[in-house]
Amino acid sequence: MMTVVFGLFLLTLLVITAVAIVREENLFTSVMLTGIFSLLMASNFFILDAADVALTEAAIGAGISTVLLLGALALTPRDERKIKGGRWVALVVVTLTTLVVVYATFEKPRLGDPNAPVHQHVAPWYLEQTPALIDIPNVVTAVLGSYRAYDTLGEVIVVLTAGIGVLFLLGLPGAVGGRRRRDLAMGQTYLSHHLVPQVVGRLLIPFILLFALYVQFHGEYGPGGGFQAGAIFAAAIILYALIEGEREALTVIPPRMLMWMMSGGALLYGGVGIVTMLLGGNFLEYGVLADDPVTGQQVGIIIIELGVGITVAGVLLAIYHAFAARGR
Amino acid sequence: MELLGLYNYWVFAVLLMVGFYAVIAKPNMIKKLLGLSIFQAAVFLLYITMDKVEGGTAPIIQKGVVDAIYSNPLPQVLILTAIVVGISTTALGLALVVRIYEAYGTIEEDETQQLDIQRTDSQK
Repeated sequence: MMTVVFGLFLLTLLVITAVAIVREENLFTSVMLTGIFSLLMASNFFILDAADVALTEAAIGAGISTVLLLGALALTPRDERKIKGGRWVALVVVTLTTLVVVYATFEKPRLGDPNAPVHQHVAPWYLEQTPALIDIPNVVTAVLGSYRAYDTLGEVIVVLTAGIGVLFLLGLPGAVGGRRRRDLAMGQTYLSHHLVPQVVGRLLIPFILLFALYVQFHGEYGPGGGFQAGAIFAAAIILYALIEGEREALTVIPPRMLMWMMSGGALLYGGVGIVTMLLGGNFLEYGVLADDPVTGQQVGIIIIELGVGITVAGVLLAIYHAFAARGR
Repeated sequence: MELLGLYNYWVFAVLLMVGFYAVIAKPNMIKKLLGLSIFQAAVFLLYITMDKVEGGTAPIIQKGVVDAIYSNPLPQVLILTAIVVGISTTALGLALVVRIYEAYGTIEEDETQQLDIQRTDSQK
């Protein structure tokens, strides 16, 4: 009962925050509110038993997304122009559609109904067969890494493509030929002259990196995996860049290395597929990787999760540096 | 009480349309992108709402626990990857907005359209 009340409260706050984001005319405030929105959303996911998703939303939505939006705002005007007159047509369309969708929900199964159609299809099979076939506790990781491995490979390629697109549009000095890195962030002090962020940041960054590695390699046993770990790793390096400056962060992981991380992770993932084919199995059929098919599955999942983590971290960092480098 | 079980879906509907309103009614491109991410988050909420099973827990199987109820892992997998893809596409959109600002000096959609019209007129 307590959880239900808490859920209702969080959902109501979510709606209020969303309306505030849209109504606010200062974009800086809007962006800050999206951070709150994501954190509320992550709490909601957690109440709804989706621990993995909550972890991802908290790392990406509340962390990296806010930083990227601020990076873009630094390059564009901060204030929205006032709109003359009301947008009555849009308002009427939106209200009517809301009413139609709400009307449609009366046919939906109630929250938590175990007889809902969604729980009758493949999901019970995943829950029953995972201990025997793959033998890792986290079924989400098993579905992500093994049963739906093609799907996840596709998602990794989409992330890589988006990263390539951003680099094409904004460029990253020092990544491929062209401009040298020397002109980046010369003489910029960032937050390093503020004592509190500096001390707190230096204390936190090693632990954030450690947590990223934990989430990466413990993803089979608890909530976590490559997507979350990559995002947390990128968040740690971005925090370092905010405190010590772009140049320091790009010395730790140079642009060329970022390129290799972006493509290397996806290549590692696809490479596992090629290896399983060479060993006589199907593409991404991990069972052939070891004598015992169950061990083979576990080996395969650990390697592809590593590939996912490397690509996600590389792409998010490259995107951040591309926005930051554009500013000078 | 029975109707409270639908509250998640109602919030989904409202969030979806709040985001959609920003996309169709706001001329500012960054505001449009923010609206798009609210729209996206609403869809995430719809999927995650469907995964919940009454009395269930996160789908992490514990050895020795026999009659545990687990929530549905499949929507979680779909949304987990979708969140990461979502931020990548939002970043791509932001990069486009930055380039549009550099080319036009504004990120208000109606103003860029005006500039386009002026440019084609002056070419005639």
